[in-house]
Formats: sequence, structure tokens, C-alpha cells
Amino acid sequence: MPRQVTRLDRVVIRFAGDSGDGMQLTGTRFTQESAIFGNDLMTLPNFPAEIRAPQGTIPGVSSFQIHFADHDILTAGDAPDVLVAMNPAALRANLADLPKGATIIVDTHDFTGRNLAKAGYDADPLESGELDAYQLHRVDLTGMTVEAVKEFGLSRKDAARAKNMFALGLLCWLYGRPTESTIGFLERQFARAPEIRDANILAFTTGWNFGETTETFAVRYEIAPAAQAPGTYRNITGNLALAHGLVAAAVRSGLPLFLGSYPITPASDILHELSRQKVFGVTTFQAEDEIAGIGAALGAAYAGSLGVTTTSGPGVSLKSEAIGLAVALELPLLVVNVQRGGPSTGLPTKTEQADLLQAMYGRNGEAPIPIVAPSTPSDCFAAALEAARIAITWRTPVMLLSDGYLANGSEPWRIPDLDDLPAIDPGFATTPNHTSKASSNGADEFWPYQRDPETLARPWAVPGTAGLEHRIGGLEKGDGHGNISYDPANHDLMVHTRAAKVARIADTLPPLTVDDPSAARGDGGARVLVVGWGSTYGPIAAGVRLVRGAGHDVAQVHLRHLNPLPRDLGEILKRYDRVLVPEMNLGQLSLLLRARYLVDAVGLNVVRGLPLTSGEIADAIEELL
Amino acid sequence: MTAEPSLHPLGSGLELVPTSHEPQSGKDYTSDQEVRWCPGCGDYAVLKAVQSFLPDLGLRRENIVFVSGIGCSSRFPYYLDTFGMHSIHGRAPAIATGIAVSRPDLSVWVVTGDGDALSIGGNHLIHALRRNVNLTILLFNNRIYGLTKGQYSPTSEAGKVTKSTPVGSIDHPFNPVSLALGAEATFVARTIDSDRRHLTSVLAAAAAHRGAALVEIYQNCPIFNDGAFDDLRGPASDDRILRLEPGLDVTVGDRTWRHDPTAVDPSDQFALSRLEDPVPVGIFRQVERATYDDEAREQVASAVAASTATREERLAGLLNAGDTWTVV
Ligand code: SF4
Repeated sequence: MPRQVTRLDRVVIRFAGDSGDGMQLTGTRFTQESAIFGNDLMTLPNFPAEIRAPQGTIPGVSSFQIHFADHDILTAGDAPDVLVAMNPAALRANLADLPKGATIIVDTHDFTGRNLAKAGYDADPLESGELDAYQLHRVDLTGMTVEAVKEFGLSRKDAARAKNMFALGLLCWLYGRPTESTIGFLERQFARAPEIRDANILAFTTGWNFGETTETFAVRYEIAPAAQAPGTYRNITGNLALAHGLVAAAVRSGLPLFLGSYPITPASDILHELSRQKVFGVTTFQAEDEIAGIGAALGAAYAGSLGVTTTSGPGVSLKSEAIGLAVALELPLLVVNVQRGGPSTGLPTKTEQADLLQAMYGRNGEAPIPIVAPSTPSDCFAAALEAARIAITWRTPVMLLSDGYLANGSEPWRIPDLDDLPAIDPGFATTPNHTSKASSNGADEFWPYQRDPETLARPWAVPGTAGLEHRIGGLEKGDGHGNISYDPANHDLMVHTRAAKVARIADTLPPLTVDDPSAARGDGGARVLVVGWGSTYGPIAAGVRLVRGAGHDVAQVHLRHLNPLPRDLGEILKRYDRVLVPEMNLGQLSLLLRARYLVDAVGLNVVRGLPLTSGEIADAIEELL
Repeated sequence: MTAEPSLHPLGSGLELVPTSHEPQSGKDYTSDQEVRWCPGCGDYAVLKAVQSFLPDLGLRRENIVFVSGIGCSSRFPYYLDTFGMHSIHGRAPAIATGIAVSRPDLSVWVVTGDGDALSIGGNHLIHALRRNVNLTILLFNNRIYGLTKGQYSPTSEAGKVTKSTPVGSIDHPFNPVSLALGAEATFVARTIDSDRRHLTSVLAAAAAHRGAALVEIYQNCPIFNDGAFDDLRGPASDDRILRLEPGLDVTVGDRTWRHDPTAVDPSDQFALSRLEDPVPVGIFRQVERATYDDEAREQVASAVAASTATREERLAGLLNAGDTWTVV
């Protein structure tokens, strides 16, 4: 039947249902199809910490939001244009996020007395008129799915399970998504259970045909592919990109990778992924606790591996003492913190960026460590490589600060050319480096703390290297020879030297990129600068676009290196009258900037466990204009 | 069963460590650092024994690593001219695990004390033992905290009056040998600082064992717990000490059996570990079980062997995996 087709430039869809309804899978498949179709996109999964919270209740609701467009986009969208609600709880939990006029597709099957009550509804919202301001589509997804797959003789429960594929098929029809990749996926996924496989594929195609043949939906939508730079792309989540970055760092440095880790949300997927990459010489050690995870990684680093530990904030708290030891030992070590809501156990599945000051200062004594933060899901790849470059070159633990949004969110990633990846030279020490008084022919001793004059890094001498036997430890060491020293002047020197070593990393950082189109005009231009770090990049850049779209000038700079801060940051801050720092914390970067540069930074601090919205950032900018 | 149980060689813990052709002496293993234990400390005797025993192993000195935690005994690595790390309190078994798993060519030793291994580091100790990581763990038990100046430890006898327990401790102590057996350790032994010959023979067996070997060493702290093991020293100690040998008839309560450290069922070995008078010393248990580090390396090695591509080619394959699309 010929159907009216409306062109849109962008759409935000949220799939919401019970934790057991397969919403994450549905969203991921829709994402994959959109990526292959060529849209730019970003995704935001949102799920409860409980594996199966009580069915049909608000705490049990799981959702997946995708924003896709015919142009480059920066966030997963402030508010959905379309909500797919598989039950009353999913409707109730998400309705407040919908603007009036949004489209709602509900599975009517579960809108019965008991389920309505579980979601806290006194009256059926589909009948009460409370959804009058929305475009409501009532579809019996479950009923039609069960009917469609009855030929396979599945139990009612198993048959009903395929309803998410029915919904996916319907949405694919509505938005003109290609279907081959999902069919291929289902064939692979359920290869060992042919009935389930066929039922899911049939549910999927029946959903598509339902859109095509009934008149439930009067309009189809078309979102053209976005212009993308030439290259090969894939859609990738932050955790996967980070794991790939670690493998790439191992390959580019020629080192074996050793991961010591303890399972923790939302970092465990990095452990899972790396445990599958043994072919790269990757060893994964699931330790007895967080401390043993970093301890083993540090031991492996001492023995010549690229040592990595992955965790989230509570795990970093437990690892703090070992990070301090790594500072004293001056060994390369990567500590990956996929930040989540805190304090304490906090919000395990939600995002936050409130561990910056923990990364900066969360150790006893003066124990500076470099900090690197990725800005988007795919950027986790490059950030992991950069963290490894710093750790190996400067023989130091490095904190890589990802977060829950980056970890589980996804976006298209242009796969880099291997030749474009940095080469990292471990530069192991192989010969003595110091000449004793007794020596008449050159260096005859090994001094573990004799530093490279340029980087101030100490030699990395691994066990098995003849003539370089030495002892290191957590007690203060004498400059150069590295033996235990309680000398006051030596301690002062070592504290300053360790700090200077980290500060010198800034010498190798590229100049910051300030996004300020008004600067070229030469008329003074923007007076407000927005400074961010980590996953707020997308929302800030989108907020900046909104403000510019309204005809105002505003500048943006985003920090990948939080310690040391780039050399040119101070001068950049001085160019603007007002500095806005949006963060998902109570002002941690603001505090650092104010302390370091005496700048009157204004914070926008929202800690909902969700990404900031571009709208609230635009409002905050406009207040300063 | 009439055959004499014996300590047959169980696969050397050192078979992958390169050996040295140079003759070695104790002096080669002595670092230039001044030893700073209190005069008369039992640690001196153990250090001397280790320094004079290491040359017998015939290993390359640079392939030996000593890792310690915190406490008096944990200064040990500074005094040995091998690779060494003095780490943080209780964590040495975890750090040593990372070293042992990543490097089969190293002989990895952990030096720890009763506070370090059994209090703050109890978790790491039991997990290193159950995993059977190829480590030799020397647990110096002086039943007191020395470095922090005399508080009771997890092996102090109940009722012990110390600085932190002026009217007597109310903690029930651990028996390290029982604990290790309970953690399914594959090699468990006990010896005493003052008996150089016994100490050396136990160390030799522990080093040769492939897997985690725990050696409890009774060590006198003359400053804070002097004489804790005096009744086990000297000729008068003969009826206080039970020197375990394979095949020795041992009696606990009303039951007598032949001691067999290689018995897979640890029940008899555990029963022996409960004996307090006489105190058994020697090897309680020495059994063969796959080590964590060997198996971890095997998994990696077989994955690597299954691929003919270079590491770079594999990386390109990894990055390009899954659903991709190309924009021209
Ligand atoms: S305090 Fe005791 S254990 Fe520590 S060095 Fe002195 S004598 Fe030895």
C-alpha cells in the first residue's frame, strides 16, 4: 500500500520494558541497522542494578535510547520523540521524559488490572485520557507475536518472549531500516535452538509486515544517511573500544598485556572482552579482590608486562594504597576507572564523573599520577593508547577515567589505520648505568633511580636481566641509587622530582583545540568559554550548537588530560570573560581550575546518574552571555 | 599398603628457570645493604640459611625474585642480591602472583610474617595457596607484631599480655599449617630458625615443589616475644619436637598411622597439624596439582599457536570485526 513518507533529519527513540523483555538487545539491533544504513548515531542504555527486579514494577524497567540522524550528532538526545513501552511500568517510568506530541507505541497486552496496579496506575492510562497530548498507538505486540509463532509449538512463555523482535520489526519498517543484519544476527545467536531462532525471525518479519499491511501507521519516516568521512566504520561501545585500545597498546609496544581485575559494574565487560583475546598474548587474572587485581598487575608490570587493572570507583578506593606503591616504585601501570554514581555502592549502573579528585588526590602522601579521560564511546580506544603511552614512557601509574555512559553507550567509529597508531617504546634497561669509584672502564653498577634527564623517568629493568639485580620498595629511596633513605633533604628532592616528572608529560601534549568560530572574526567574539572533560563532551558541544544557533557566540574547549593540565590552558582561560564548567559532580574540575589558574569558573553541576542534557547546558551558557 | 611412602620428585618448581654455569657462593647473594634487624633476631639465621642455600639451586641470580610485604621480616629482599620488591602490607602474594604468572623463567619467593600473611593479607595468602601459583612462601612466625613495637598477632596465644592487650588478648590464634591445609595448599611445611640443617632441607624441598609452597618458620623475636619457641630448641627439645619424615609412625590421640605427605586426602596431615605436644616440624603435605600459572600460560600459548597471523594482522582483524560499513 502506498504510504506517505516524511523526511526527518533526526529521531530519538526509546525502547522501554521489563528487565526480562530484551530491550537492550532490541536497541542494540536497531542501532546496528542504523549504523549500517549510514546514519550518525549515539545510544544510551539505562538499566537497573538488579539482574531481574520484580517483574512489571517501576524498578524493573530497562530502557535503551538511540538518537540517529542525517548529520553528525553529539548526544543520545535530551528527550525521546518516540517511546516504545512494553508494559505499564515502562510507560509510567518514562512518560515524564516525553515532550507533548511525542509518539508512544504500547504493547496493550500487559495493560491489565494486576500489571496496572504493579506500576502504580489506578486507572488504565490508555483509556483515561491522560495520554491525549501524545500520538498513541495501541498494538497488541504480545498477542500478535504468540499468534504468529504458534506453528513452532513453543510454550506460551517462550513464544511471548519474541515480542521484542516483533516490536523491532515494526520500528524497522516505520523508519526504513535494513533488516538483513538482524536476521543474520538471529541466525547466529540461536543457531543451536532452531525453533527459537525461527520464531524470533518470524516475529521480526511479522512486525515489519504488520507495519506494511495495516493502516495503524499512516506515515513512514526516512532519515537519510549522514555524510561521513571516507573510511571503514563500525558501531562500538566505550568498554569495547577501551579493551581494543589496550590490546592495540600491547601490540604497538610489543609487550604482553596482563589484566588483574575483580568483577564490578560497569567495568566487567572489559575483563570479559580481554579474556577472549588470549591470541594477542593477553593474560587475564580474575583476582580474589580489587587489591589483588592491582597487586598482580603491578607484579606483572615489574616483570615486564603492560600491567592493567580495571574497576569502578569503589574499587579504586580499595586500590589506593597499591597505586601509591606504583608511584613510589615508578613502574608503568594502567588503572581504568569506569566511574559510576557514588558515594559508596551508589548507583552501580548509572553514570557520574565524581571520581576526578579521587584520581588526583586519593592517596596518602604526595602521590601525583597522570589522568586521561576519553570524551566519547569510540574515543575510549585512543584514550587507552594515550594512557599506555604515558605509563610506559614515564614509568608511572596512569588513571584512565571512563564512565558508565561511555562504557555502555555506542557510536559509529572510523576504524583507524594501524600505521596511524602511536608506536610505544618500552626501552627496557639492559646494561649498567652508573660508574662506581672502583671502575676504570665505564658503567659497572645499576642504579634503579638514575633518571632520564629529559623525562625524569627511571629505568625499567626487568628480572632476568643479568647485572641489573636491584631492590625496590615502598620506603623512600635515595636519589639515583635507590637504596632506602630517611634523609630529609633527599625526601624533599624525591617528592619534588616525582611531581616534576608528571608535570613534564605536558611537554609532549598537543596544543588544545578551542572551538570558537568567532575568534577568526577578530571583533572580540565570544566572551564565554565552556570547559569540560570526559563524557560531557557530547552534551556540551550540542549545547554550544544550540546557543550558536540562537545567534550567540560561545567557545568550547574539552580536556583529555586532567593531570598534568595542558600548558596552554591557562592562557586560553584568560582570553574569555566567563568560564563555565559543566560536570556530573559538584564542581571537581572547577575546583582544580580555580586553584591552579585563579579563574572564577562557574559550575553547572547535575548528578542524576544520567548524562547532562544539551538544553540545560545551553541555558547555563545563556545565563552567562 | 606396605610400600614406604617417599618424597618422590614432583616436577620441579624451578624447571623453567635458567641455570648458571658459574660457581656461586653465599657472598654472591649478599647485597651491599646493612642489615638492620635487632641483635639476636631470628631473621638473621634465616637470612644466612637462605644466602648459603640459594647457590645450591644453581639458578641464574637475575632470575630470582623475592617479594615481601611489611614487617620486620619483609626487609628481607633488601639484603639479598637478587631482584626484589618490598611491597605493601599483606599484598606480597598478589604481587608475586602477577610476577609468576607472567614469567615462567623466574623463581619467585614471598617473604612474610604472621601479621602480614595472616592478618592484613590473609585473603591473598589463602587464594595464592588454593590457586597453587608457583611461589615459595616463607612465613616467619614470631607470634607478635615487631615493627610496630609489640602488639599481639593472629598467631599469639590467647591471653597474651601485650601493649595493646594489657589484660590479655581474647583472640583465638590461627595455626598457619592448619590454615594452609584448609586452603588446599599443595606443599605445607614447618621449620625453626635455629635449626639450620632442618631449615635448609625444608627450603630445598619447597623450592623444588611446583606450585605454592608454604613454609612456616618459627622465628624468635628477642625484643617483644623472647623465648616463644625456646622449648623447641637445643638437645633438651627432643621430646617436644616431632620431626616428620615420610613413613614415620605418628600418633595423635589413640590413632597411629604412617605419615604420608603425598596422600591426596589431607585429613591425616590436618590431624597432625593440630598436634601441640610434641610440635611436628617438617613436611606435612607435598602433592602434585596443576599450577595456576602453568595453566594460564597454556591457555594463552595455545591461543597464540592456533593463529598463523602476525600480531599486527590479528590487531587489524580485531578492529575490523563485526558489522562494518565503508564510506568512500
Ligand atoms: S622487633 Fe623482633 S622481629 Fe623485629 S627485628 Fe627486632 S627482634 Fe626481629
